[in-house]
Amino acid sequence: MNPTTQFAEEPQPARALGAPRKVFDSDHWLGAVLIGPAVLYIGLLVGIPFFMSLYYSVSNTTTGGESMTFVGLRNFANIVGTPKLQTALKNTLTFALLSQLVILLLSHALALALQKEFRVKKLLRFLILLPWVAPISIGTIGWLWIFDSTYSVLNWTLRLLGLVHGPGFMWLGVPNLAMGSIIAVHVWRQLPLATVILLAGHSSISKDIHDAAAVDGASFWRHFFQVTVPLILPISLVALLFGLIFTFTDMIIIYNLTRGGPFDSTQVLASLAFYTGIAGGDLAEGAAISLFLFPLLLAVAIGFLRTARRAEVL
Amino acid sequence: MATVEIRGIKKNYGAVPAVNGVTLHIKDSEFLVLLGPSGCGKSTLLRMVAGLETPSAGQLLIGDKVVNDLPPRARQVAMVFQSYALYPHMTAFKNIAFPLKAQGMNKTEIPKRVDWAATLFGIGHLLQRKPRELSGGERQRVALARALVREPAVFLLDEPLSNLDAQLRASAREELQQLQRRIGTTTIYVTHDQVEAMGLGDRIAVMRAGLVRQVGTPLEIYDEPADTFVARFVGSPPMNLVRHADYVLGFRPEHFLPKGTQDPSSTTVSFSFRVTRVEYLGADRLLYGALGGAYAEQKVIGRLPSTVTVRIEPNLTYDFAVDVTVLRFFDPSTELRVSARSL
Repeated sequence: MNPTTQFAEEPQPARALGAPRKVFDSDHWLGAVLIGPAVLYIGLLVGIPFFMSLYYSVSNTTTGGESMTFVGLRNFANIVGTPKLQTALKNTLTFALLSQLVILLLSHALALALQKEFRVKKLLRFLILLPWVAPISIGTIGWLWIFDSTYSVLNWTLRLLGLVHGPGFMWLGVPNLAMGSIIAVHVWRQLPLATVILLAGHSSISKDIHDAAAVDGASFWRHFFQVTVPLILPISLVALLFGLIFTFTDMIIIYNLTRGGPFDSTQVLASLAFYTGIAGGDLAEGAAISLFLFPLLLAVAIGFLRTARRAEVL
Repeated sequence: MATVEIRGIKKNYGAVPAVNGVTLHIKDSEFLVLLGPSGCGKSTLLRMVAGLETPSAGQLLIGDKVVNDLPPRARQVAMVFQSYALYPHMTAFKNIAFPLKAQGMNKTEIPKRVDWAATLFGIGHLLQRKPRELSGGERQRVALARALVREPAVFLLDEPLSNLDAQLRASAREELQQLQRRIGTTTIYVTHDQVEAMGLGDRIAVMRAGLVRQVGTPLEIYDEPADTFVARFVGSPPMNLVRHADYVLGFRPEHFLPKGTQDPSSTTVSFSFRVTRVEYLGADRLLYGALGGAYAEQKVIGRLPSTVTVRIEPNLTYDFAVDVTVLRFFDPSTELRVSARSL
């Protein structure tokens, strides 16, 4: 074919695009369309309740009452010195910090182990992820049976091993044991996510870096603390932040296992807010309790994210 | 300083052999280049010497000591990676100091050693910068300083120049060679770039499909290729290989010249050459075309230096000739070099 004939043809006008194509081809509109549902969702289910609780906390509203009068910081002043708030605050910190410490240690160890190649690695990964995909209520009901005062499979196992005699432990009936039990269940539940986040962090480190450390003569500990840990610090902080905020604000495990007992020994701010505001009907005081840690959590979140950004090295 | 002895080393990944029985002796203070195309096993071989891969069979000796079961840190080797593998969260100073700290060197001694290595590579002013604040060439120098700072017995380099631009690569090549001559550390250098190999190596080991095809000085590799693979892999443009009778005839493009331009006292063999394309490269002209006569239509390339001013036009046939002393003969079935034949 003569090549000049191609160029001699009249240029064809571009075919007009339909309206949907126009939207998807425009960066401006496509961005709005994609982010719209998320903004709507967060606005309706997080934003409105959050601002409502902000107002509730400075009002005198109750579940049955009709008035919603502004009372200033009276609700906060009423609860701040009470033993129940102080106990809940202490329990919240114990529960959150201890569980996050255990999760941090275990998830690092697991992520390191799962980096290696071994025979049942895929099966192990699946098993580790299982608690995260199982509905939390069903999971904790399972744990309720495991910790049952009469039929506890834990006591049964310990008796079989000759480690305890007699009826065994009242896992959820003794203050310290109850706190230990809910921490254990919380660790079981959050470990998969933390491990997966850290695994992603480990995978992002180039193999050459590890090889260089090996050739440079680093021992296991030097390699781990001076090369691996600093490199996964940003993502570890994000995992820790997720974990902390989730732990501070969650009460499903406590609600299912102990209802905050025995003697308020597992009562945390989230459950106290629920029992005061929803079960007790004092919405205003419940809102004040639930917002008690908000400034602290906000500061922690900002601090962590800033540190993570500073530590980002690549 | 040490010798490196590689005895019948093999490495299989599952059923796939990456290195298929390599035996090499690297002399003390020698600069040996492992040259080959991608996937030929040269990097795997280097990583086995470093201790980063375990051989499936064979023995590795560094300084007369079998090191097969020793971890990398016990082998007295230092390595520079293609990606440089600098620790991104550490400054250049800390990167260079890292192997010294790992060695447990006295804290007062470390800054002196780092300064020594930094001066050697001219990066003294960059020591407080992190890798992301350095250019490619500067990173490469930091990586070299980190490898050299603890004075290893063997220096392993895995394509350390491939991320540099052409100009920087040429100067880095020269500096690297001078440095190696000065410090005299036994060096194994992996590359797929034959220009780098020819320019740097005391000897070159050409690899293909997990095997060493030839070991020799750059001159031997270029002038006396052991087989058709080496003949074509080394040299740009590669050696012309033409089938004739029961053998393969090889000659370099720069030896394929218009008849009459050779030394009058030399014995030559003539070819009829139909030129299809001429490329002007400044210092040279590359002539693409096909032979005629008994070598019917086999494609060859000629390379005329700018000093040969004979006019050559595409689509015309010329008489070309090659000095018989530079002709090489190969067996077409084994691809191996055979003795000279009469044409």
